[in-house]
Amino acid sequence: MEIPKSFLGYKRENGRAGTRNHVIILPVDDISNACAESVANNIKGTIALPHSYGRLQFGADLELHFRTMIGTGSNPNVAAVIVIGIEPKWTKKIVDGIAKTGKPVEGFHIERTGDIGTVMKASKKAQEFVMWASEKQRVECPISDLWISVKCGESDTTSGLASNPTVGNLMDKLEPLGVHLCFGETSELTGAEKVCATRGATKEASDKFMKTWNDYNDFILKEATDDLSESQPTAGNIAGGLTTIEEKAFGNFQKIGSCKFIDVLEPAEEPKKGNGLYFMDTSSAAAECVTLQAAAGFNIHLFPTGQGNIVGNPIEPVVKLTANPLTVKGMGEHIDCDVSKILSREMNLSEAGDKLIETTLRVANGRLTCAEALGHKEFVMTKLYRSA
Amino acid sequence: MATDIIIHDQKDNVGVVVIEKITPQQECKCWIMENDSSTEIQSMDEIPLGHKIAMIDLKEGDTILKYGHDIGKVVKSIKKGEHVHVHNVKTKKW
Repeated sequence: MEIPKSFLGYKRENGRAGTRNHVIILPVDDISNACAESVANNIKGTIALPHSYGRLQFGADLELHFRTMIGTGSNPNVAAVIVIGIEPKWTKKIVDGIAKTGKPVEGFHIERTGDIGTVMKASKKAQEFVMWASEKQRVECPISDLWISVKCGESDTTSGLASNPTVGNLMDKLEPLGVHLCFGETSELTGAEKVCATRGATKEASDKFMKTWNDYNDFILKEATDDLSESQPTAGNIAGGLTTIEEKAFGNFQKIGSCKFIDVLEPAEEPKKGNGLYFMDTSSAAAECVTLQAAAGFNIHLFPTGQGNIVGNPIEPVVKLTANPLTVKGMGEHIDCDVSKILSREMNLSEAGDKLIETTLRVANGRLTCAEALGHKEFVMTKLYRSA
Repeated sequence: MATDIIIHDQKDNVGVVVIEKITPQQECKCWIMENDSSTEIQSMDEIPLGHKIAMIDLKEGDTILKYGHDIGKVVKSIKKGEHVHVHNVKTKKW
């Protein structure tokens, strides 16, 4: 298949391109959710991103909070942002961070005004933003404007056999065209960590990966009361035939094809070393991982599933694929790309990779994903430790 | 062309069922992805889609190989053709 050289996206002020054109209402903290949701209810075409944190965090955990907030607002799939927080200082910090992209952003704080007054002021600005954004047109963008993140979920052995290698095949075909790529899931590489480390493009990248994995493993050993056997593999994984974390890890690892990663990113850290594959230190919980990757600037997500994970994200479209024919049969409304014919050998891996590229480009051009049509908007912040 | 079991790597001692289920004493056709070769095995158990079958006899302490890599240890001996899963294999991690 000849791979198209472009897609239709929204060009942003900073040169990045979006596959979506969202106007978001971003609460700084948990107690500002109500206000943000009221604004989104008032002004059609906007979307609120409620979450559970943002108060009394400190240190690296607070830095991650800000990085996730600012990164989410800065994502090219977002046209404009309303930020609402309880206090002016943290609200402004997030507004200033997002403003660096050049996109319209305005902050409101609730203290001394109350919810009702804040909702009124923020709604007026949100209306202005959404009407402005509604005139934006899709334009032809080079395929290298795609920043593709990947994460698998509710995996079973069909993931390692077929749907993850399909993503790997797509990576092998798109990496030479200059796209950015990102995989994560530190915990779910356990058992395959040494093999994964050999896939660093440089010794520095390999060493950084091993340090990241070792830090995580030390944390698990310190916090675990028993072991992770109850959580990894999950009950769904086991029902699907996965027996051990090692088996899951080698299946997981098929997603990167034969690519090598050029750098290791902190959670929600924007890649800075140009196009190519990055590893991000993330949880393996689906919504947390996708939220971090979206905050790092990735504009389309590929999600292979075995037993049928249903996750979506409010700003980054999540394309689902599966090779499990029972999942296609039982919950087809969640599956954007069916590659189950690999198992019956009616389709080879390269054909499956081409089919996924075609689906990815259609979604990049604007076709809704199943998760979008079904209203999945899971926005889940990663919290590193308890608050002060 | 019809395949009941797929094996990732020539070195693997387990295969994965890729039809809805296989039944005891079924003569199963296996395909080895790595070198595009074929083999056969008779199943001992009913094994559902996505679950693993032992390609050889395995005893306690043996290593299970899949993708050509170590994915865990045998904790209860397994006969060729039997179901391989959490009842007879455990992780070497944790």
